[in-house]
Amino acid sequence: MTRKNINKYISTLIFYVVGGLTAAILLIPFFWMIVTSLKTKGALLSIPVEWIPKNPSLAAYEKIFKLEGFSKAIFNSFYLAITTTIVQILSASMAAYAFSKIRFKGNEALFRVYLATMMIPFQVVFIPLFIISSSLRLTNSLNAFLLLQLFNPFAIFMLRQKMMGINDSFIEAAIIDGANHFHIFTKVILPLSSGVIATLGIMSFMGSWNDYLLPLVMISDKKKFTLPLILNSLNGQYGSDYNLLMAGSLISIIPILIVFMFAQKYFRSGLQVGGVKA
Amino acid sequence: MQKIARHNSFSKALPFILPSLAGLIVFSLLPIITSLIISTSSWDGLTKLTLFTDAKSFFNNFYIGLKNFRDILKGDEFWKVLKNTLYFIVLYLPLILISSIAVANILNKKYRGIGFFRVLYYVPVLTSWVAGALIWKWALSPEYGIINEILDLIGIEGPKWLQSETWAMPSIVLASIWKDVGYFGLIFLGGLQSIDPTYYEAAEIDGATGWRKVWYITLPMLSPVTFFVIVISIINSFQLFPQVMVMTKDAGPNGATQVFVERIYKYAFKYHKMGYAAAYSWILFVIIFIFTTLQLKLQKRWVHYDT
Repeated sequence: MTRKNINKYISTLIFYVVGGLTAAILLIPFFWMIVTSLKTKGALLSIPVEWIPKNPSLAAYEKIFKLEGFSKAIFNSFYLAITTTIVQILSASMAAYAFSKIRFKGNEALFRVYLATMMIPFQVVFIPLFIISSSLRLTNSLNAFLLLQLFNPFAIFMLRQKMMGINDSFIEAAIIDGANHFHIFTKVILPLSSGVIATLGIMSFMGSWNDYLLPLVMISDKKKFTLPLILNSLNGQYGSDYNLLMAGSLISIIPILIVFMFAQKYFRSGLQVGGVKA
Repeated sequence: MQKIARHNSFSKALPFILPSLAGLIVFSLLPIITSLIISTSSWDGLTKLTLFTDAKSFFNNFYIGLKNFRDILKGDEFWKVLKNTLYFIVLYLPLILISSIAVANILNKKYRGIGFFRVLYYVPVLTSWVAGALIWKWALSPEYGIINEILDLIGIEGPKWLQSETWAMPSIVLASIWKDVGYFGLIFLGGLQSIDPTYYEAAEIDGATGWRKVWYITLPMLSPVTFFVIVISIINSFQLFPQVMVMTKDAGPNGATQVFVERIYKYAFKYHKMGYAAAYSWILFVIIFIFTTLQLKLQKRWVHYDT
């Protein structure tokens, strides 16, 4: 073996050790979550800590599905994540089409107003948003979240960028064939923007699935709770039943993990353009 | 960019713009105006709001001018909240920069199995803050948690973490690093991959070694990304919320983890001082605005743009 080869083996080894170690630090909490969820309530408080449960049990999972509202919360989370994503993408791509492909008076000025609203963080306006929603009787309704997604300046901005890059000759050809704006939008522009749409869609799904502040403010009816909300309320109610809380947390992570596995590419580009809700 | 000249009227654009325009007016502009008005009132959030139906009676009953703003800035609590937030930033910012640059370097290597590592780093990013905070709250349990158990194995007696005034905020920082490092690592990875390899080749010809290459090429070339990460991290730090709410329900021992959004939420929905909460949120906006503008000004001194 040459010296260069040995060096290469050593640096590969260091890479696996360092990478594995940091990954382990990141994963220990998850390991702890899974282990805890498989313990009985009594085993939670054993000293020394049981790294592997002596009597693994699915009792926590049985109990959590029997709790009122938990299965409903899973359904609500799916419903919310899917519907808000559809509305957001639809509304944003329509606006982006108008801003990028239709010439009208005030186009640029209106777009600048859209962008300016991005300066105000959501954390600053959630109180008036609640006030207005409750005056319009939109609180405690999952469908009200759809209305809130009508305006998403970030998605509009990203889609407009994409659509600006689509050559107008496609559109001119469609017009010659007798197409109107609706046809051009659905048949030409949307298919050509599908990459950005997928990225924004994945980000929106994850944002809605994991969102906490907005549902916390808008929803007080237990029947309308999403997974983060029900976990939050279990934290208050069953604050010491960590097997239950960890089982619930794990259940809330699995769907988003599955989506990630199938759409890694879009997740990565989405995170890189900064479309993630902090 | 040329637009289609034959279809050039607002009436053609309106159907496409209408949904987002309605959303903009009702759920963005209206809340901003409402918030400004409410912030000058003593409205409690429980009395029926007559602002939209009978503004005159609303003003007669609740208008108090800038009293909320004065009260907030004069009180001790605001300064404690600001101090807590700055303490979070001082701990969080250097740690997240170092750890995410390290993660980016690991992810940048082309070894077998790197895809697996990438997925591992993203898992905390995908996890909701509520679940992540619950996991950490339990992992940091002084007697029964895994963190103190591990510290015990290497002979360190762990602190009481969230139950200790000293350690409550560092605990929040720890959980936040865990949650964010994969995200910022990915951002830095993008930065690393965009550095032109010829710089390194040229430096090697000149005899530059490992650390000098890092210091004179990698860090300056990464500075625009570093700048972005710092700006985003600081904005996010001022908006800390779920981790504080879930991990320390009553904002820690002696208010050690009181932060802005947590205060705003509690004033609005627990203490029923809507006007006060609205004023608080505008002060938060001004602080974020000042910090961000300041950084944009200072960036000229240290951010290196290649083109």
